[in-house]
Amino acid sequence: MTAAVSVENATKTFGPFTALNDVSLEIAAGEFIVLLGPSGCGKTTLLSILGGFLSPSRGRVLIGGREMTNVTPAKRPTTTMFQDYALFPHMKLKDNVGFGLRMRGMAKTERDEKALGFLDLVGLRTAADKKPHELSGGQRQRVALARALAVDPEVLLLDEPLGALDLKLRRQMQDELKAIQKRVGTTFVHVTHDQEEAMAIADRIVVMNQGRIEDIGAPADIYMRPRSLFSAGFMGEVNFIPGRVTALDPTSATVETALGTVTLSLTAFTAGAPIAGQAVTFCIRPEHFRRAEGEQANLVSLGQARITGQAFFGTHYRCHLAPDAAPDLSLVVHMRQSTHVSDGDAVPLAVPAKDVVVLPGTTKDT
Amino acid sequence: MRNVLISTVSWVYATLIFGFIFLPVAVLVLFSFQDGRLPVPPFNGFSTQWYAAVFADRKLMAALANSFVVALVSSLIACLLGFLAAYALARHKLPGSALQRGLLIAPMTVSYLIIALGLLTVLNTFGIPLSLWTVGVGHVVINLPLCFAIIYSSMGDHHINIERAARDLGASDFKVMVLVTAPMLMPSILAAFFLSVTFSWDEFIIAFLLSRFDVTLPVEIWSLLRSGLNPKTNAIGSLVFLVSVAALLLLEFTLFRKSGKS
Repeated sequence: MTAAVSVENATKTFGPFTALNDVSLEIAAGEFIVLLGPSGCGKTTLLSILGGFLSPSRGRVLIGGREMTNVTPAKRPTTTMFQDYALFPHMKLKDNVGFGLRMRGMAKTERDEKALGFLDLVGLRTAADKKPHELSGGQRQRVALARALAVDPEVLLLDEPLGALDLKLRRQMQDELKAIQKRVGTTFVHVTHDQEEAMAIADRIVVMNQGRIEDIGAPADIYMRPRSLFSAGFMGEVNFIPGRVTALDPTSATVETALGTVTLSLTAFTAGAPIAGQAVTFCIRPEHFRRAEGEQANLVSLGQARITGQAFFGTHYRCHLAPDAAPDLSLVVHMRQSTHVSDGDAVPLAVPAKDVVVLPGTTKDT
Repeated sequence: MRNVLISTVSWVYATLIFGFIFLPVAVLVLFSFQDGRLPVPPFNGFSTQWYAAVFADRKLMAALANSFVVALVSSLIACLLGFLAAYALARHKLPGSALQRGLLIAPMTVSYLIIALGLLTVLNTFGIPLSLWTVGVGHVVINLPLCFAIIYSSMGDHHINIERAARDLGASDFKVMVLVTAPMLMPSILAAFFLSVTFSWDEFIIAFLLSRFDVTLPVEIWSLLRSGLNPKTNAIGSLVFLVSVAALLLLEFTLFRKSGKS
């Protein structure tokens, strides 16, 4: 089963602390949504509000068009997969998975059969008579998934389910989660602080910070065309270069930066049209820099820079560069494996115009 | 050399300590097999006649049965009440919860004599006749704090998510308690139960002051002792000891099994 979820102006305060600040979010049925953000950003609070473990101080929650704001967890078409798995330690796996069905009054033989089916889905059919303490972390995690799915929820809520696993297992489980979500078609809302995990599994990522949504979009959109400085910085390494809008025309804007004056198309301004005189920040990913070789169309020249440090990362060299025009600015630039780099080299820096994102504000504000 | 000395000293120390604790019991058990009228040295020979006498004594056997019933029923009630109190205080925000916890544990610090006298006054005031029931009530009063403390201390925060998961899957509060919380806490509930059984089984002052016609075993033994020393009292004492040991072993076994597995 699957259902759309709609959060309207949800706010949650704990005393003087605002955990969630006027958040609105539309999730389509069958979508895999990831709530991403640092700890304390409100993502778990939002998930708890969806699951019914918390009720919002203001605003409302609709699931499949039905009002759910003050409905108890047991009566919601949602199930939650907890970070610590929360398996019943005294029950066999099949009884763990069948628990929700038992609560719905299903007879023993029928629910055992169904539980076995879901254990099969997560590859643990043969362990059905084991108890949770006999399993590894990854296996427990799968049982928790099977248990949550066994009651055919319309929406599955996952609270950092992969947080306790080691990196390799986490990457493997991500693929499995994604595959299982495709098979069952249930709406998944997944909370994590790991942006790689978010990109690996999400249909859409919701980047959150300080109780607000910073950015929503497909992983590539969020990474390539972030709509907030926080989102740009959180999704991966990025260079922030401060500037000021000096001139505007209907299709482009001229920005003065420490690395020179640059004219960019208005599409580079992802967070809205620029205003003359506005303080802005350039966001450039390390892998987007190029060596300026002659005059090339659509390439923005950023002047000469000198390599101050470099390390080989396999797929690329990660270099620190100090631009000649602004020596206190340290840029992180990825250079091709095949290039020869050494400290002190002068590099003519450039970046394709389409890869530059300009956002209002300065990094000091965030 | 130094190690040998330390290990010798610790062995001697352990022997003395255990001797001090268990010698009286050993002597009691030994002289319950005395072939003669007095349970004092010299040991005249081995005989089970006093055990035969114990099992033939209807009053003693009735007291034994009474003790069993009182121990089991009062411990069951104490465990149930202790569990409910622990659940409420661990899982819900209650007004003055620190005070309530204190009040629940407070009877532990009051002497059994005071508790017995207090109960006696209350029972008299309300005109409730003394019986095994009143003894049971007394034992619930002394064992409830123990049961509460043991069970409460084992209710960790890591259980909260598990209960939450059960609720999320559609379980009512009652079902969460019966199907999830209580089974998870079973080791400590059993520990509390068996400890209260042994305490109730051995308890004399409350049983003595709050009973009339039907009495528990310690009270019956006390009345036997009034007519002088007799290997029969040793025999019944050995039996009492045996039952306590059995209860403790059972507790150890069940706890060990549970904790050894997970």
